[in-house]
Amino acid sequence: MAVVAFDAVSKVYPDGTRAVSSMDLEVGDQEFVVLVGPSGCGKTTALRMVAGLEQISEGRLRIGERVVNDVPPRDRDIAMVFQSYALYPHLSVYENIAFGLRLKKVPKDEIDRRVRQAAHVLDLEPWLKRKPRNLSGGQRQRVAMGRAIVREPAAFLMDEPLSNLDAKLRVAMRAEIARLQSELGVTTIYVTHDQVEAMTMGDRVAVMRRGVLQQVAPPQELYDRPVNVFVGGFIGSPAMNLLQGRLEDANGSGLTLRLGEQALALDRALLDARPALRGWVGRELIAGIRPEDLHDAALERDAPQDRRLRVDVQLREALGSEVIVHARIAAPPAATEQIEELTEDLGVRTLDAGSGGEAGAAETAIVGRLSPHSSVREGEAAEVAVDTRQLHFFDPETGLGIYDDTPDGRTDL
Amino acid sequence: MEASGQAAGQAVALPRERARAGEPWAARVGRAVARGPLNILLAVLAVMWLVPTLGLLLTSLLPATAITQQGWWNVVAHPSLATWENYRAIFANSAITSALWTTVQIAVFNTVLLVVVASLAGYAFAWLDFRGRDWLFVGVIALLVVPLQVALIPIFTIYQDTGLFDTVLGLVLFHVAFGLPFGIFLMRNFFIGIPRDIMESARIDGASEWRIFTRLILPLGLPAIASLAIFQFLWTWNDLIVALTFGRNTQPLTVAIFSQTRQFGSNIELIAPASFLSLAIPLVVFLAFQRFFVQGLLAGSVK
Ligand SMILES: Nc1ncnc2c1ncn2[C@@H]1O[C@H](COP(=O)(O)OP(=O)(O)OP(=O)(O)O)[C@@H](O)[C@H]1O
Ligand SMILES: [Mg+2]
Repeated sequence: MAVVAFDAVSKVYPDGTRAVSSMDLEVGDQEFVVLVGPSGCGKTTALRMVAGLEQISEGRLRIGERVVNDVPPRDRDIAMVFQSYALYPHLSVYENIAFGLRLKKVPKDEIDRRVRQAAHVLDLEPWLKRKPRNLSGGQRQRVAMGRAIVREPAAFLMDEPLSNLDAKLRVAMRAEIARLQSELGVTTIYVTHDQVEAMTMGDRVAVMRRGVLQQVAPPQELYDRPVNVFVGGFIGSPAMNLLQGRLEDANGSGLTLRLGEQALALDRALLDARPALRGWVGRELIAGIRPEDLHDAALERDAPQDRRLRVDVQLREALGSEVIVHARIAAPPAATEQIEELTEDLGVRTLDAGSGGEAGAAETAIVGRLSPHSSVREGEAAEVAVDTRQLHFFDPETGLGIYDDTPDGRTDL
Repeated sequence: MEASGQAAGQAVALPRERARAGEPWAARVGRAVARGPLNILLAVLAVMWLVPTLGLLLTSLLPATAITQQGWWNVVAHPSLATWENYRAIFANSAITSALWTTVQIAVFNTVLLVVVASLAGYAFAWLDFRGRDWLFVGVIALLVVPLQVALIPIFTIYQDTGLFDTVLGLVLFHVAFGLPFGIFLMRNFFIGIPRDIMESARIDGASEWRIFTRLILPLGLPAIASLAIFQFLWTWNDLIVALTFGRNTQPLTVAIFSQTRQFGSNIELIAPASFLSLAIPLVVFLAFQRFFVQGLLAGSVK
């Protein structure tokens, strides 16, 4: 049990790739921190530096009281769960779990006690004698977990441990790992691609982009106050809709956001939460609307006219508990480098992201998460009500979120 | 991941075997015919190898007089002619038994030494980071093409100077030296196919390089190690030229048999059983290790 602290840690691979740049992060004792980010952003590299599998190019890494830059993996007192599980194929489940303890010369009966305890916790008792190749994916995953927990290490490192499981098992193991971690109280760094894992498991979530840490915050804060358009677009599923907009003063009665020909009146609460917005009157900015803040206007008759948007519905996905609607709106899309990167990472995020990105195109694909009672139909126009208390705004130049009245509208989190 | 790959392989293989067992005869014959040319070729090869081997065995069972007068095929008709007398004779012949012992020593020691050195070196080339590793490995591969014959004379000189001439050790060292390029190559290529995660996991679990080698690499590399051991054992067991060059009184079985052949007349009743013995022992070794051997050959191709 220990603190794991990155102090300006960088990694430059021999071929010159700068995989991690000057990373500062302190994972508290017993804390569960999730590292997320698009493919290739350096999550695995960061984790492997903690494990000692990768040399640290610059900066210092601390585990507990020790600077471990030059400590070999076996002396770091950490346990790692690999995406591939990396079980020892020639050893039984029992021996796989006992492997680390045997190397540490733990007494035999103590090994036996700990292995059986771990097997009990992980429901592996019936398979202790089997070889890994005769186990299902879920069982292998649990053996990998078992191997980590019997070690009783200072920290757990997990690199996408659930990504080889099918969806149902993943949900079950997600809860399982979170429970184990809090029971054992072991400091954990968990790398994932999956934002549901990130949001549900972590005490804090660290979002990385191109080797640079963007924001570290509890899940809710990350969702509510993303520091920049990248984090805003990355966290949340379906992703936040990002539009090019213009802030206008509505004759002293408040501010309006102009999106193409349409306008939305901003809620007063929003202005109180983001005082810096007043400095943006008359300027172009990026407006972010989360799909869950769009509602079917037909079901919300009392939504005022100046809080509605007209859209053309293209596709309706009924999921039972909700309806995901893909639509087009006559407003220009926001286009910055950060947004392009999001699009690349997630593949087709919206119905037709490609044409939306063209210069001068005045149409943008947007996604809404509507009530299952919504009656919007494919190929028809519809009106959606917007919860304007929840809008997000970003500086189109820097991509930074517009919150408080600090220089450049940058927020002090 | 390796484990899942194996499991998947089994999952695919099992239903097929089951289907084959319940297959009608017609289908089996049909497939045999479809594979006809290959099967015929294999059958021809098998006969070509088996007939002389069988002939040697039968010859070795005949009294000397019967061999010259009748030929070995007559034993099939008159099994009563067969006798163990020749075998009794060669085991009583101290020249042959000491040659057999020399062969065993050479074949076993050089195989063990080769396997140890080649697997250590193979591990280093596959998984340890050290300066000049890749160039050194290129050097090893280059050595693969050096024919043994070009080294005979220079090494003969060295052996005479160092006193290794005419010793079992000298022969062992020579065989190891010439087995190493291929051995290292084979081991390195096999070891590099072992997933890196497994070793890293062991490293984090607290294993030193030596532990990783003994607890993971050796057991996982068993198929390749068995293949190499068998190749080397067979090769050195049957070696004649190296032993002829570097030995005078240190004679393995091949040399001993060779020195029994004469231009006129022959002592076939000695040569036949000795030759058969020399052939049968590696065959037994091969059959014993065959399981690993075949796996070893497939190991590289599956992944
Ligand atoms: N051994 C290496 N040599 C050179 N470059 C590397 C090496 N390993 C990774 N990289 C590069 O470093 C960057 C970060 O890689 P890393 O594996 O840490 O990403 P990641 O965030 O884990 O991605 P993913 O989500 O796809 O696993 C990538 O650009 C990758 O190509
Ligand atoms: Mg990764």
